[in-house]
Amino acid sequence: MAEQLCSFQLAGMTFGVPAVEVQEIMRAQPITRVPLADPATAGLMNLRGQIVTTIDLRARLGLVPRPAEEKPINVVIRTSEGLFSLLVDAIGDVVVPAREILELIPENVPTHFRDLIAGAYKLPDRLLFVLLLDRLVTH
Amino acid sequence: MGADEEILQEFLVEGRENLDRLERELVGFEKNGASEQSIGAIFRTVHTIKGTAGFFGFERLQSLAHVAENLLSKIRDGQLALSSDIVSAQLAVVDGCRLMMDWVEQTGTDGTDDYVALKARLEALTVGAAPEVVAAPAPVVAVEAPPPPPVVVAAPVVAVEPTPAPVQPNVVLPPGQEGERADTTVRVDVHLLDKLMDLAGELVLARNQLLKFATTSRDVGLGQSTQRLDLITSELQEHVMKTRMQPIGGVWNKLPRVVRDLSGELGKHVRLELEGKDTGLDRSVLEAIKDPLTHIVRNAIDHGIEKPAARIAKGKLGEGLLRLRAMHEGGHVLLEITDDGAGIDADRVRAKAVERGILTPDRAAKLTTHEAQALVFAPGFSTAEKVTNVSGRGVGMDVVKTNIERIGGAVEIESVAGQGTTIRIKIPLTLAIIPALIVAAAGERYALPQSGVLELVRIDPASGRKVELVDNTPVYRLRGELLPLVYLPQLLGTGGATGTTVVVLQNEGRPFGLVVDTAQDTEEIVVKPIGKRLRDLVTYSGATILGDGRVALILDVRGIATRTGLGLMKRREAEVTHQESTAGDRYLIASVGADRRVAVSLDSVARLEEFAVEKIERAAGREVMQYRAQMLPLIRLGDALGAMPAEPGDTVHVIVYSAGERDLGLVVEGILDVIEQRAQISTTVAQHGLLGSAVLDGKVTDVVDVAAIAANAGYATGAM
Repeated sequence: MAEQLCSFQLAGMTFGVPAVEVQEIMRAQPITRVPLADPATAGLMNLRGQIVTTIDLRARLGLVPRPAEEKPINVVIRTSEGLFSLLVDAIGDVVVPAREILELIPENVPTHFRDLIAGAYKLPDRLLFVLLLDRLVTH
Repeated sequence: MGADEEILQEFLVEGRENLDRLERELVGFEKNGASEQSIGAIFRTVHTIKGTAGFFGFERLQSLAHVAENLLSKIRDGQLALSSDIVSAQLAVVDGCRLMMDWVEQTGTDGTDDYVALKARLEALTVGAAPEVVAAPAPVVAVEAPPPPPVVVAAPVVAVEPTPAPVQPNVVLPPGQEGERADTTVRVDVHLLDKLMDLAGELVLARNQLLKFATTSRDVGLGQSTQRLDLITSELQEHVMKTRMQPIGGVWNKLPRVVRDLSGELGKHVRLELEGKDTGLDRSVLEAIKDPLTHIVRNAIDHGIEKPAARIAKGKLGEGLLRLRAMHEGGHVLLEITDDGAGIDADRVRAKAVERGILTPDRAAKLTTHEAQALVFAPGFSTAEKVTNVSGRGVGMDVVKTNIERIGGAVEIESVAGQGTTIRIKIPLTLAIIPALIVAAAGERYALPQSGVLELVRIDPASGRKVELVDNTPVYRLRGELLPLVYLPQLLGTGGATGTTVVVLQNEGRPFGLVVDTAQDTEEIVVKPIGKRLRDLVTYSGATILGDGRVALILDVRGIATRTGLGLMKRREAEVTHQESTAGDRYLIASVGADRRVAVSLDSVARLEEFAVEKIERAAGREVMQYRAQMLPLIRLGDALGAMPAEPGDTVHVIVYSAGERDLGLVVEGILDVIEQRAQISTTVAQHGLLGSAVLDGKVTDVVDVAAIAANAGYATGAM
């Protein structure tokens, strides 16, 4: 059975994570900054009493920063390290890439990006990059 | 954890519960006399232990329980009367079974002790005393049969073993106290309790929000409901907290074994007395005091209690007494560890402190006896004449103190030379909810655990008292003492050297001031873990959710001091006094690899530790270790110096260095000695990672350049 992917937009690109790992999607939440943390850590948020580390995916993937006036969306995911929230620009559809083959990312793509991507699906109009969640949330 | 292991865990938990009950019942015999009902209960308990031990193939355990059961069956059948000899023999069985269960837990086997003597004693009691008492108690016992087994015994593990207990279904017995007690206990998963605790914490936050809202509302009904909710919530939280409490006896259970082994090893006789076993403590606190407690007990036996001959010469009993007491006091638990050993000789402590470069002779002479005795908590202090396996590396009591202070506790020592020592530890009931001061700096709020806060001071430029700079370090004159200041926004990189409120904090006995914009309320906060991703940040110990639902970071006082280098001040000061009082440098001699002997300067050595090899983990291709809630990067000194690899052992020795922000561990094969001498380091032998070589203790020894080795391994070192 083909995997369902929850897709979202980041700096004009499309990314996906396995839909089964997504707990919920939320609008921008108040976040407490964590000074001295790595730049990809946006801060901590209160998810109904649970403290969840929020990761700025643009920063994590080394993309250009989000314009200040744009409010990010939280994609709360389950990982082996617990819950995390990923900040993305906009949410897309749930995609079931049926016949497409997962292509490996070419070697000339920068490592900091390539290391976090399982591969890319060639959708009719664009590429969909599948993120490696467990690697994403560790350093 | 596999299914077998789960069943084994179940066996251990249940077996220990059974032993606890057995012990209470046996002691009850001596106080209240035996009823046929309670003898029946004891008999069945022993029988259950025997049965389950047999099921798991623990033959030693089974055999001991079997002999004990034989004796008990005679009593149950009225052929033998209960005597205090029998009770103590049965208590010895309880102890033996406990020890064997400890073995089972730790090694998977029931140990190596066959308890031959104890079994012979039991057998003698079974046979020997029989004829004397045939007549008297027999008729009473014959009337009633033993009651049906209590509920606890009928757990799944037990059911596997066919139990030939002589249960007579037609006999109805009045519900005994024992049965009721068993009925009212339920075993609950710890995670469920943690979850309940979390939810209770959330409820407290929701209540706080509601309370804020209610004060601005004019609705009388809302006010009343809120007030009731307020009371109920507090009560609920308190009770949920109580469910997480475990008796300190759980930790103490390990001590008889420690005492037995250690006193045997040292040729001493020690009697261990435990008072207040049922004193309840939060699981997290229990976990945190386990090691310090064991260390203190080991110390008391090693340094405190004398050998039998020495004790008798002083007019004491040959057997030393070690007494542990636990009791509740206010929101705290008091622990007292008392020995009737040699006590602490204040003059010897003073002399040692001077010799070790901790104090100048002048300052040492001025100390009161009590102050001098407290020096045993000073880092790098040890009065042991030689380094032993047990203690005496001078890295013990300061760690005990630090660990206890880290959980918001306090420790003090009282000793009378020749008569003994008492160590008093005061610890909070729980770590999950702590009082904290909420401070604001550069637009963010942070929580500071109240236990580290000494006082609040406002910097008022108008009063003429202002911040001064000493060699670029801001200080403040507080009652004539110079208080080093740390600007929180500057430290965290969120702002500059601003703020008008100084929170005076205490780190390892030394005050420093943390400058913030404002100090707000004191709140009871629920401590939550900060997650693996951020765990490396030493400045925070966790996070919490404030009354308005926002997350606030909990600042770690020690981490802040370490990050600013305040932790190093003490060492600098020690070096100064050291130069005044002693003539040489101090080196630690270690064996490295298969055959090398090297020296490292003791100046930035924080601690010496020994760990099980399994504790070493790998992160990002490097060896690290979880140490004091931080990641301790490890460097194998042998590999770094290209020594022949040594045979891997079960444990590793780690020299912990303080390197500015973070600690660094050097793995060596063994710690040989600490020597103090003026050494001429010759640099003719140029090898990377070495400062050179010197003649130390009569042998040519390579002196290690720790900073170079750390840098070579990619670890920046600020202050080595």
